[in-house]
Amino acid sequence: MAQLYDRYAGIVYSVALRVLGDTGAAEDVLQEVFMQLWRNPGVFDSSRGNLGAWLAVIARNRAIDGLRKRRPETDIADVVVSVEPDLASEAERGRAMQKVRSLLGSMPAVQRSALEMAYFEGLSHSEIASKTGEPLGTVKTRIRGGLMVLRKAFQG
Amino acid sequence: MTVHEQFADDLALYALGSLAAAERSPLEKHLDECAGCRRELEQRRGDMALLALSAAGPMPPLRARQRLMEAIKREPKRQAAPRRTAWWAIAGWVAAAAMAVVAIAEWRDSSALLQEALRWRTLSNQQAQELEEAHKIVETLRSPEAQVVNVTKTNARPQPQGKAFYVRDRSSLIFLASNMPALPPRKAYELWLIPKQGSPIPAGVFKPNERGNAMVINPPLPAGVEAKAFAITIEPESGSSVPTMPIEMMGAGE
Repeated sequence: MAQLYDRYAGIVYSVALRVLGDTGAAEDVLQEVFMQLWRNPGVFDSSRGNLGAWLAVIARNRAIDGLRKRRPETDIADVVVSVEPDLASEAERGRAMQKVRSLLGSMPAVQRSALEMAYFEGLSHSEIASKTGEPLGTVKTRIRGGLMVLRKAFQG
Repeated sequence: MTVHEQFADDLALYALGSLAAAERSPLEKHLDECAGCRRELEQRRGDMALLALSAAGPMPPLRARQRLMEAIKREPKRQAAPRRTAWWAIAGWVAAAAMAVVAIAEWRDSSALLQEALRWRTLSNQQAQELEEAHKIVETLRSPEAQVVNVTKTNARPQPQGKAFYVRDRSSLIFLASNMPALPPRKAYELWLIPKQGSPIPAGVFKPNERGNAMVINPPLPAGVEAKAFAITIEPESGSSVPTMPIEMMGAGE
C-alpha cells in the first residue's frame, strides 16, 4: 500500500486540490480514495486499464461530488478507464503531463475554458451554456472536441 | 464496433458527470446494450485521467501519508468481501493458484487482474490464512472426487458456459463462467446448488467482467450436501435466498 501511495498520491492529491482549492479537503479525498482501495481492492479491475488513470478519475469525481455537495452517481467499481500512456512510472507521468498542458494551451480559449469548467468545477453543460451565453449544442460539441484533441494526440 | 453518433456528445458529458439527469437515463439504457458505446465511455474516462494530469504538481504533506498508514493499521481484520465480489477477497497465494486455473481456461483478461490482486494482497497481513485457502483450492481442482459439472444455456447457441468444481466433503466449490450475457442494471447472476433433496442452495452471486467471464470461489455452503445439479438465475445484486425464475443456465452432475 505504501508503494502505491508513494507512486500515485501526487496525482490524486493534486487533482483534488485543483478542484477543491483547499489543502485539508484535498487531503480528505486522498485519504478516502486510498482507504476505499485498501478496503476493497476488487473495486479496481486491472484487466481494464491502469491504476494511475483510474485513481485520477476516481479522485476527480470524488472531489467534484464534495464540491457540488452531491451523492456519488456511479459505483466506483463500475468505472472503467481506458487510456494509452501507462502512468505507472514517474517519467511517463511527467511526459504525459507536459503534453496535456501544451495541448490545453494550444486550444482556443473558449474550448479550454468549457472543458475546464466541466472538469474542474463540475458544471453541467447547461450551467456552462448559461454562464457563457452560448447554445447548449455548442457547449456539448466544444467539450467533446476538446477531449478528442487530447485523445488523438495520445493515440499518436 | 462503432459509436452511435447520436450519443457521442452525451458520452463525453456523461464521463465528466455533467450530463443532465433527463438525458442520463436513456444513455445508461443504451450503454447496457451497446458494447461499442461502453468502450467509447471507457476511452472518454481515459481522457478524464489525462486532464487530471494537467493539475499535477503539488504533493501532499507528509502527515497525509502518516494518517493513511495509521488508519490502515487501525482497520479491523478484513472480513470476507461482500458476496457480489466474493472471489476478489481471495488473496496472495490464492490468486496465484487461481491463475493456474485461469491459464488453463484461457481467462487471459483475468490473469492481469489476479496479478494485481497478488501484488496487493502480499502487502497484507493475512498471508497464512490465504495460503491455507490456496491449498484448499488447488486440492479441490486436483481432487479425483471432484464433480466437474458443465452448465450450458438451454435452447441456445453454445456461447454462455460455466464449469463448477465441487467437492462435497469439503463443501468447496469453484465455478468459472465464460461468455455470460451482460446483465440488466442492478442485477447479478446467482449460482445455485441443487441438492439431491430439498430446496436450491445459494452458491454465490457474481457479475461477469466486460468479456463475460466470471468466477465464484468457495462460497459459504452447508456441510456435506450432495449436488444433483447447478443452476444460474438473474437476481438483485444483493442475491436472493430463493431462485427467481426463469433458470438461465443449468447443468447436472456427472
